[in-house]
Amino acid sequence: MPKFTLNGEAREVNVPGANPLLWVLRESLGLTGTKFGCGIGQCGACTVLVDGDPVLSCLVLGRACAGKRVDTIEGMADGNGLHPLQQAFADLSAAQCGYCTPAFLLTAVVLLKENDRPSRPEIVAALSGVLCRCTGYLKIYEAVERAAAVMRGEKVTPLEEILDGI
Amino acid sequence: MLRLPRFDYLEPKSLKQALKMREASGDNAMYVAGGTDLYPNMKRRHQDPTTVISLANIRALTGVRNRDGHTCIGANTTLTQVAKHRRIKRHYPAIATAAGSISTPLLRNMGTLGGNLCLDTRCNYYNQTLEWRKSIDYCMKKDGAICWVAPSSPRCWAVNSSDLAPVTVAIGAEMALVSADGERVVPAGKFYNDDGIEYLTKRPDEILTELRLPQPNGWDATYLKLARRGSFDFPVLGVAAWIRWDGDTVADARIVLGAVASYPMPVPEAGAAIIGTSLGDDAIETAATAAFKPSKPMDNTDHGLSWRKQMTRVYVARALKELRANNKLI
Repeated sequence: MPKFTLNGEAREVNVPGANPLLWVLRESLGLTGTKFGCGIGQCGACTVLVDGDPVLSCLVLGRACAGKRVDTIEGMADGNGLHPLQQAFADLSAAQCGYCTPAFLLTAVVLLKENDRPSRPEIVAALSGVLCRCTGYLKIYEAVERAAAVMRGEKVTPLEEILDGI
Repeated sequence: MLRLPRFDYLEPKSLKQALKMREASGDNAMYVAGGTDLYPNMKRRHQDPTTVISLANIRALTGVRNRDGHTCIGANTTLTQVAKHRRIKRHYPAIATAAGSISTPLLRNMGTLGGNLCLDTRCNYYNQTLEWRKSIDYCMKKDGAICWVAPSSPRCWAVNSSDLAPVTVAIGAEMALVSADGERVVPAGKFYNDDGIEYLTKRPDEILTELRLPQPNGWDATYLKLARRGSFDFPVLGVAAWIRWDGDTVADARIVLGAVASYPMPVPEAGAAIIGTSLGDDAIETAATAAFKPSKPMDNTDHGLSWRKQMTRVYVARALKELRANNKLI
């Protein structure tokens, strides 16, 4: 049965039949951070990284990931320390119901790895494969910009000031 | 919740192995590459293979190669790779544009060139769950006898919604197909069939191995896509235009419409209208009208069909104006 590297750890999973990676993660491994949205590639909620690329886990078979590196939202924080993207999403309330958030975070991680200073249109394009029905996207784009600035070591508006303005 | 049915999943390492597996499994087997078309379809029970043969691990099918001056793109090359490839962007921008316009960045990381070229035809009455289709009685494309778009029609009107297909036909690309009988090469225009069910001339046992592009000399092409959203959506109209220039004069031209028929539909009248001209506004208008007339979208995709038909005129004119502007830059 397929062995793959999950969030940096070698795992061997007994995958029944031709189960999509989404269900291997959620049902066999109990990692429910990856969400089921539509199952047919029309929403992006189930996004995970396979060998570093964001893909839809509802359309990738678990068995097809043998020997590959799979990264899910569970591997994003460093212990209790949030990733700057997670912190920025929290600071700016970029998550409302939160269902699409893991997908946005993982897609944004890849964007910022390739481009540490993405323009707004570049962010919009990179995140255009994930749907959010709550936020209207603006908070999400702003959070990615804030995280990018933090990751570049720049000063950002302190959280207290943002909260004062509300 | 949509679940995949049970099936055997095979992972051949070579073309030879894949063909052998197909031969052993017969017509109950299907090939899969990226899975972004087949798996959703299997979840809705459009296709029900009991064996799925993955082409993902066949190295020979991936990458961009140069052979006898022709650029050849392996069928398993992902759409992201095609859209971002430097040589393709430079010499075949219409291919890169069409590939980059497909669905979403995530699906382009998974979906392949071959998969988009072989994309199953689409229809509002077909791309539904099993229960939905059963409730109104199955259509002729799967399990039924009637066409719900045109109930008196003897044929299926499902739409070819590939963004790349019209471009390959317009620029005169070729498809290489391999089976147990050997290899054959088919011009893109002969790869597609005007039928919603038998939409490819490729036999189910044949594997599309690569797309062969013509030498990029003396011609230019472009692709414009109409869709509701800038992401996710299949085209409701695609316009591929190709022009061979002789200075400022159009020496030859081809215009191919996508998503308005069961095949990428060439409109030779539109091309003929601009040959010999310097592509003035009048000639463009004549070509746009010539393309508008035979464009007969059916009421089986997004948007109203009369608007989609009207947009044919607008998009053909836009495509030709873009090519005229490109030629002035040289």
